[in-house]
Amino acid sequence: MESLRNRVAIAGIGETEYSRASGRSETRLALEAILHALDDAGLRREDVDGLMRWSVDTSSEAEIASNLGVRDLAWFGEVNQAGNVGAALVAHAAAAIATGLAHCIVIYRGVNGRSGRRYGRGEVTGRRGQGAAAFTEPFGLLTPQHQLAMVARSRMHEFGTTSRQFGWVAVSEREHANRNPRAMFYDTPLTIDDHQSSRFVVDPFHLYDCCLETDGGGALVLVSAERARGLRKPPALIRAAAQAGHGERGFVDTAAVSLAPRLWAQAEVAPDEIDVAQIYDHFAPYVIFALEDYGFVARGEGGPFVEAGGIRWDGGVLPVNTSGGHLSEAYLQGMNQLIESVRQVRGESTSQVEDVQLSFCDTGIGTGAVILERDR
Amino acid sequence: MSARPGFPLPVPSEDSAPFWEYLRQGELRVQRCLVCTAFAHPPRLMCPNCGSFDREWVPVSGRGTVYSYVVTRQAIHPSFEGHTPYATVVVELAEGPLLTSNLVDVPVDEVRVGLPVMVALVTAGDEVTLPLFRRM
Repeated sequence: MESLRNRVAIAGIGETEYSRASGRSETRLALEAILHALDDAGLRREDVDGLMRWSVDTSSEAEIASNLGVRDLAWFGEVNQAGNVGAALVAHAAAAIATGLAHCIVIYRGVNGRSGRRYGRGEVTGRRGQGAAAFTEPFGLLTPQHQLAMVARSRMHEFGTTSRQFGWVAVSEREHANRNPRAMFYDTPLTIDDHQSSRFVVDPFHLYDCCLETDGGGALVLVSAERARGLRKPPALIRAAAQAGHGERGFVDTAAVSLAPRLWAQAEVAPDEIDVAQIYDHFAPYVIFALEDYGFVARGEGGPFVEAGGIRWDGGVLPVNTSGGHLSEAYLQGMNQLIESVRQVRGESTSQVEDVQLSFCDTGIGTGAVILERDR
Repeated sequence: MSARPGFPLPVPSEDSAPFWEYLRQGELRVQRCLVCTAFAHPPRLMCPNCGSFDREWVPVSGRGTVYSYVVTRQAIHPSFEGHTPYATVVVELAEGPLLTSNLVDVPVDEVRVGLPVMVALVTAGDEVTLPLFRRM
């Protein structure tokens, strides 16, 4: 069977400003981002024949299509779970384009994550004690950070990872945000002592282990690699794209344990060939867990790797979350990290890594990842 | 401990109703496959191990150890005001299954991975009994 490898590209990226109060609707944010992304690619509204979204996004494809003036929508769909499906959407869209089911697919996310419904308070993911939540919520596990903190504790116990090492993730990413004028924390430095002395939200998560809550919109435009080569910006070729279900994993393994072997095999590259990485940092410790479960470092070595400056743009072995990530740029649920991974391939990042060939983006600690490649 | 405002009560479903009903009658039982004897918790309709629909509910000792825990220190949601800090634990039962729960008699700063615990059934409202745990 023919592989997906480099047959489809991300040709356009777009975003709105990131804020705590956008002052406009989530649909408006998505539409603005889509227009920016089309302009970035040098494409027009009438070129779009596919739309894809996060299931948790509140703007239906019909609403977006009717505003954009898309009359013949050949491909649309969504991926369920939560915020962690960005790369899965890229995989679905790429498969559709590679097989000719659609030719120009826009993936969008518009969210008032701070001024509207707040994920951090369980306002989106709370289940009122129903289904599997009957076994967690009555005991006070109500939000994503509760569930994820439980895994973090197990891994601290199992592999000796420390809160201070979590802190170095937050500090490294803040350094990157301080170089990125779009970042919500552009003007605010963070020290390891700031991290360690910040209050516990859900112990073992300190305040600065937790991602931002953000209002904003983002969009990607996907077309065939061939078509992308004739457009405005250099294509970010999709070398590989894969997804994995949460499954029954207990409290130690992340989904990357399942995804990593498939992803590396599909891409036919090894972790040490990756030049720069974006990793879904809803919580700082998960950057460490992803580095370990994807095989960038061995288990138990992620903490020391980060502590030694391994993920810093300035001198790091593998710069991670070079725009500031979800902790310090914005929490657009993987969208802003997909955008940053494209920038790295183009040479447009505010913390640009030199001579990037392969740009890695995880959008859910193993629930989805893409590897982008610069066109040669 | 009575019902805790702000904490949702469990809503039994087709596959989980017997779990809550046995608790109401004063017994902790866990779902097990009649064919391959694999435990399943949370319960489900089909055995993920062997594919059988034949399930049974077996009494367990109630003994276990703390496998992992978190301490909620900030009232993330307004309904938690006055309830923080509280610890949520995952207990590994002697028989193997993992249960999410709370400890009734352990201050949050004394919770540790490996702490031996024993189930303590606590009513939360008229219809619901929760399997909480106490230090052994």
